[in-house]
Amino acid sequence: MSREPWMACHHCDALHRRVELPEGATARCRRCGGVLRQRRRDALQRTSALAVAAAILFVVANVFPFLAFDMQGRTTQTTLASGVLALRAGGYVELAALVLFTTILAPGFQIALLLWLLLPLRWGRVPRRVPEAFRLLRRVQPWSMMEVFLLGILVAIVKLSGMAQVVPGIALWSFVLLMVALAGAVSSFDGHELWDRVEALR
Amino acid sequence: MSAPASVPTALAAGCASCHECGLLCRLASHAPGAALRCPRCGAEIHGRKPRSLERTWALLLAAAICYVPANVLPVMSVTSVGRTQSDTILSGVVYFVQHGDWPLAVVIFTASVFVPVLKIVILAYLALSVQRGSRWRPAERTRLYRITEAVGRWSMVDIYVVTILVALVRLGALATIQPELGAVFFGAVVVITMLAAESFDPRLIWDRAEGT
Repeated sequence: MSREPWMACHHCDALHRRVELPEGATARCRRCGGVLRQRRRDALQRTSALAVAAAILFVVANVFPFLAFDMQGRTTQTTLASGVLALRAGGYVELAALVLFTTILAPGFQIALLLWLLLPLRWGRVPRRVPEAFRLLRRVQPWSMMEVFLLGILVAIVKLSGMAQVVPGIALWSFVLLMVALAGAVSSFDGHELWDRVEALR
Repeated sequence: MSAPASVPTALAAGCASCHECGLLCRLASHAPGAALRCPRCGAEIHGRKPRSLERTWALLLAAAICYVPANVLPVMSVTSVGRTQSDTILSGVVYFVQHGDWPLAVVIFTASVFVPVLKIVILAYLALSVQRGSRWRPAERTRLYRITEAVGRWSMVDIYVVTILVALVRLGALATIQPELGAVFFGAVVVITMLAAESFDPRLIWDRAEGT
């Protein structure tokens, strides 16, 4: 399949000639202003490093409780999974599934797929099943909502502080760092570079 | 406002850009009836998203219907020493206002009440403007679409607040928080409006604006 020397804007379909974009530059559509491609400095190194950090933080964030609640000497604490289980126990399986998907499964898949695609490329090898992994990554990305969950934690802390004492757990700080690492990985991930590298190695 | 100068598009050149990996593919190279797949990433290729306006309208209607019970029904109930009190999305905002927590009141009101309505109204306007062949400010309408697509996820914050409260406050007779039906409808509004934004194809704005 021959490569066209053109690309089209995703937002308005205007055709643009493909040019070599310097690192750190952003190409915008001349008609609608949408981003055609954003190239970060050392995108592959940066994205894979952030994905490794996110993977470690993801484990910590899921294993340890992120909040504890102390009322008249009785303490309860919660992890992500126990939140999901509490919703299910309350009789709302749909809600439990929604929270499970957007805060555990989608971010987990996102991190795993980034590692799957980027680590082999760092060592100059073609990852296995690139098309499937790439499409799945694109599919789960919009549903990974770590940063929204963090805002939810903040709101919950304020709400509960009027009722009793709220104690932040270790996992809370992992959540903050995980959000930063994931957001960084997503913004520096460059699909065009990924495909260029894969094609160059083949 | 005059129409912008005509710019060559992929579709006019008989091509389509792969929605997943961005590869420009020739539309003519496939047998009619069979789905065309991207030779690079394997995603299905369409010149425009299939039945974009129908899907957008159907999802918007569903979201608007769910929006009513999402706001009228309680999203959680707090039982404390024998007394049960139900909270709706709006009463949560009122709670923060009464406690003088203005920044949080604004955040929750924006994320939970304002953004879902705004999304439904903006997407309905965009779909309508495409159907009526509007040539008015296509660049601004495209930007409006991008903003709508980006902010929608933040509405999920209330679902997470309910989750955390339900998980933490389960002290039997002392204090218990239960999820309520309103939260299901609210979650549905967030998911359905995200799908609606995804089904809308902003390229349609330009097709009509340039009269092609």
